Amino acid sequence: MSTSERTLGIAPAHVPPGNALGKENYLNHDRGLLSWLFTLDHKRIGVLYLVSILTAFLLGGIFALLIRTELLYPGKQLMDADTYNEMFTLHGAIMIFLFIIPGIPAALGNFVLPLMLGAKDVAFPKLNLLSWWLWMTGAFMAVTAILTGGVDTGWTFYTPYSTTTGTNVVMMVAGVFVLGFSSIFTGLNFIVTIHKLRPRGMGWFNMPLMLWGLYATAIIQVLATPVLGITLLLLIMERVMGIGIFDSRLGGDPVLFQHFFWFYSHPAVYIMILPAMGVISELISTFSRKHIFGYKFIAWSSIAIAAFSFLVWGHHMFTSGQSELVTMVFSALTFSVSIPSAVKVFNWLATMYRGRIQLETPMLYALSFLFLFSIGGLTGLFLGALATDIHLHDTYFVVAHFHYVMFGGTVIAFLGALHYWWPKITGRMYAENPGRVACALIFVGFNLTFFTQFIMGAKGMPRRYFDYLPEYHPYHMASSIGSYIMAVGFFLIAGYLAHSLFRGRPAPANPWGSNSLEWRTPSPPPHDNFKETPEAGDPYDYTDLVWDDAIGGYVRRAGAPATP
Amino acid sequence: MTNLLAALAGLSRLAGLQDAVKGPTVWMPPESSTIAAKVDSVWDLVLWISVFFFVLVTALMVVFVVRYHGHRGTGSKPTRDHNTALEITWTVIPTLIVVVIFWVGFETYLDMATPPANAYQVSVTGQKWKWLFTYPNGYVDENLHVPVNTDISLLMTSEDVIHSFYVPAFRTKKDVVPGRYTRLWFNAKAPGEYQVFCAEYCGTNHSHMLAKVVVHEPGGFEKWLAEASNLHGRFPPAKVGEIFYNRFGCKQCHSLDGTTGIGPSFKGIYGHEQKLQDGSSVLVDENYIRESIMEPQAKVVAGFQPVMPTFKGRLKDQDITSIVEFIKSQK
Amino acid sequence: MTEAVSTGHGERAHPDFLQHHFDTPEQQFTSGKLGMWLFLATEVLLFAGLFCAYAVYRGIHPEIFEYAHRFLDKSLGATNTVILLCSSFTMAWAVRSSQLGKRGLTAALLALTILGGIGFMSIKYVEYHHKWKVGLLWGTHYHPSAEAMEGHGAPEDTAAGVAHQDETDAAESAAAAEPPAAGPQLPDLSGLPAGVEPTNVPHGAVGPEGTIAERPAEVLPVGEEEVKNVHIFFGIYFLMTGLHGIHVLVGMGLIGWVLRRTLRGDFGPEYYTPVDLVGLYWHLVDLIWIFLFPLLYLIH
Repeated sequence: MSTSERTLGIAPAHVPPGNALGKENYLNHDRGLLSWLFTLDHKRIGVLYLVSILTAFLLGGIFALLIRTELLYPGKQLMDADTYNEMFTLHGAIMIFLFIIPGIPAALGNFVLPLMLGAKDVAFPKLNLLSWWLWMTGAFMAVTAILTGGVDTGWTFYTPYSTTTGTNVVMMVAGVFVLGFSSIFTGLNFIVTIHKLRPRGMGWFNMPLMLWGLYATAIIQVLATPVLGITLLLLIMERVMGIGIFDSRLGGDPVLFQHFFWFYSHPAVYIMILPAMGVISELISTFSRKHIFGYKFIAWSSIAIAAFSFLVWGHHMFTSGQSELVTMVFSALTFSVSIPSAVKVFNWLATMYRGRIQLETPMLYALSFLFLFSIGGLTGLFLGALATDIHLHDTYFVVAHFHYVMFGGTVIAFLGALHYWWPKITGRMYAENPGRVACALIFVGFNLTFFTQFIMGAKGMPRRYFDYLPEYHPYHMASSIGSYIMAVGFFLIAGYLAHSLFRGRPAPANPWGSNSLEWRTPSPPPHDNFKETPEAGDPYDYTDLVWDDAIGGYVRRAGAPATP
Repeated sequence: MTNLLAALAGLSRLAGLQDAVKGPTVWMPPESSTIAAKVDSVWDLVLWISVFFFVLVTALMVVFVVRYHGHRGTGSKPTRDHNTALEITWTVIPTLIVVVIFWVGFETYLDMATPPANAYQVSVTGQKWKWLFTYPNGYVDENLHVPVNTDISLLMTSEDVIHSFYVPAFRTKKDVVPGRYTRLWFNAKAPGEYQVFCAEYCGTNHSHMLAKVVVHEPGGFEKWLAEASNLHGRFPPAKVGEIFYNRFGCKQCHSLDGTTGIGPSFKGIYGHEQKLQDGSSVLVDENYIRESIMEPQAKVVAGFQPVMPTFKGRLKDQDITSIVEFIKSQK
Repeated sequence: MTEAVSTGHGERAHPDFLQHHFDTPEQQFTSGKLGMWLFLATEVLLFAGLFCAYAVYRGIHPEIFEYAHRFLDKSLGATNTVILLCSSFTMAWAVRSSQLGKRGLTAALLALTILGGIGFMSIKYVEYHHKWKVGLLWGTHYHPSAEAMEGHGAPEDTAAGVAHQDETDAAESAAAAEPPAAGPQLPDLSGLPAGVEPTNVPHGAVGPEGTIAERPAEVLPVGEEEVKNVHIFFGIYFLMTGLHGIHVLVGMGLIGWVLRRTLRGDFGPEYYTPVDLVGLYWHLVDLIWIFLFPLLYLIH
């Protein structure tokens, strides 16, 4: 970040009005590493998070590639079974706890949430900084666990395996415990900020839908994560002190751990997907140049998903031997989550209807999201239905399903959001054509990697297998090749984004023509966000924004009132 | 409901997709149990509903992108931003559809979950990393042999961590949990061999925790069981001892290559003096081995914990003789 | 660091205590309040996990709780309840007097509250120390001594199952700590999977037609399972009271912090938010104890 800081300070040749690269902005407001590490500015904390989680993503991605390479052929390729088991554990734990959960909310959310509210900062800036430091501490502990013997329990830490294995489970679990508090504090901060710092003119139903997504996410973070905390604490106690609560030999119940764990971890998948849905609402409306369709349905569906998410955890245990009644209730409740998700998809499609769709890179990601999330969501029906879930549970079908939702959904939306807000964050435009190519590579590679996993899962290939029967080989082979294609896409993104930091065209204040408040301040924004607090209007009313070729962005139509 | 299922299944057959792929329905393994066809009809129902909605969403998306394509910089015109009737419609229709899916899934699940009365019972023990199947006569095998067209009920538990018993061709799966019993049943439709997987991650050799379900022709199973149970008739004593050594968990603690485990290694132990915890020593002969199996705490070799369980009442005289022969053969 | 910006953008006068991103003291106060309530919600949920564990095991093994709670000293527990209630009262009074600007009174009341905390922790120490001495501990560490058993009419096999286990090495005990009564972990030649102690199968864990009823009668020794696994109670007892104790300590630290700020004169009628928030926290800690006391000490 110090390099970008240096170069961003230089005024480029053609600086459009609304670009603050040469002027005071949050990047050059203070200098030096310490001014970053102890900043209370939500934008800088967002950038710190962005750098941190992308590092975690790189690490998790390397583990993923190693896993896929090992699975190219049956039998041992690169590593032995124990190493493989550590690889998939670390891939899962890093991607989930270090990347996806903080991904959109803590990194991008931190940056845009106060800006979208026209506020100067989140409600508790010090707590916000503490969240990031807790994240760093948790990440450090996770890395320590990796370096001191690894962890081989799977990211789910199921007892009694996790209480009996010889690997460094305590360190990893303690790290995740700390990460949990990072997540709780971010959620708490966002809830209070949205409640208390909305500007004049912005009622609950004038908020951009991104904020509804973040709000629903924050509720889950605050209400579900403490349960994970106590669960992990119990697991640590079990290992360190031999409490016996999850140990059948001491009269405990190992399946109780699963209930505790999924009570958090199922809502947690909505922590991952809800902000992504918020992003998609922004992208589809902006790039269709059309008011979002069915605002209230989308907003309420976010809240509905958050509420239902607490009632469905038992669907991870359909084969665990819980009673038929419990199983039935959880199956029924599970389907309830699919409805608000379906409502969102239809509303997004309706938003595109008769719009003026512009295929910029963020929109390409939004369209990819619609395609992939539909597959991810629909394959959830197979897993919610009891009869088919018994067959599919713990097979590659499940692996494919959650990658379609978590990767095809959240990561794709994250990439869309990253491109969308990149000009605001850095003050530079990235190169559009490589952006489109990378998006296509990831789309193709992703489908090749994971669609094949649906097929082999249906054919019975269990997950977390180091070795497999020859009949599954073609699918594994295709899947691995797909993962390499994706990797190329990601390196391309890293390349042109890094390039744009130095050579990118200076970005105007509003390159995409969105009407939410973060686009009313220069790119990158000044330290205090806004020179004067903007009046909020309808964030999806684009009629007063017109394209100005000279500055390569949108400007407010001359004579248009500040608020419609 | 069943009519609807049949109609949809028929529809999918009409679509010709089933013949285009091998197997009974898209992607699924062969239907080899009575329940498999029912599960597959649920699968078909969900599959075609999913395909319909996926095609709908993708087609609309593509059509809109092509039809309403705009260029960078185009402005916006005011349009309708909601239509309550339409939105309620696309809330209610998915709701009705998922209610149907839930119900057919649940109905079939009830059939899968309730073992029929008078099923033939086999006990299953999962342990790192193999399956042990105990038949009513006490015989233990590492593969599951069953008669065809018979209701089989498995009473399962685990020795160590959670495992999961999974037979894709039977569409059945159940976790095998330490400290509790779980139950699973099936009725195999055709003789043959079917793959058993462990579906719950259980450590190093999780992916090698495999077994076969061997489905016998009518009459074949009884013959097989009688033959297989007669270990002493089938093998020389040392070989039977080796089978017991593997099956009864001796090998978890007693190595054959001289490495010290939780208990002393069997390599070259026979005929040698061993120092005991109380300072005395004992000659390892038939009597000492027999005593160690029946009353393990009586004379514990120095340097080891008294943790070996007793096998009294589990092994017959002939079995112990075989184990002694096996230990003798470890020179 | 980057916070020193009370100039720059102030249309209104910005009092010192008002952070730059808030417009009014009222907005800052209600934000703090809402944040604190949310934090208390997470605390409640943290404890809720333990209350769930309590409920699950009490549901499965009511006899353990019925039997083991007698080892807890009701009078000490009751004394602690009274102490905490009093300290909650002094805390509430301190918030009020801080709001009224009575600095001396506030400081005295806060000091009294801390004293209450010290009293509570001291009694807790006495209780813990006694249990440690007589071996009424969790899991594999449960070795009640004769002294502990005195007057409790404990059947001889109370400690059976776990008392003989090797407690030194938890990892090794995974392989070796099978209770002698459970027999070898091997398939039983009688056709019944062995290695499973009957009482280890949680009753609630199986379906209505679960396997319990179907097990052959000879492996279910009637009446003997009543007081096995008593250590579960002590595990839960130490977890709940231990976590609560940590919260008491944190609360005392926080009260110490606002006491220092009170003495420094930071608070007055227009700004007393930290006192108010710490007060809320202390009431929560008190409230949790109000639930813990009857659930652990007063079981019928």
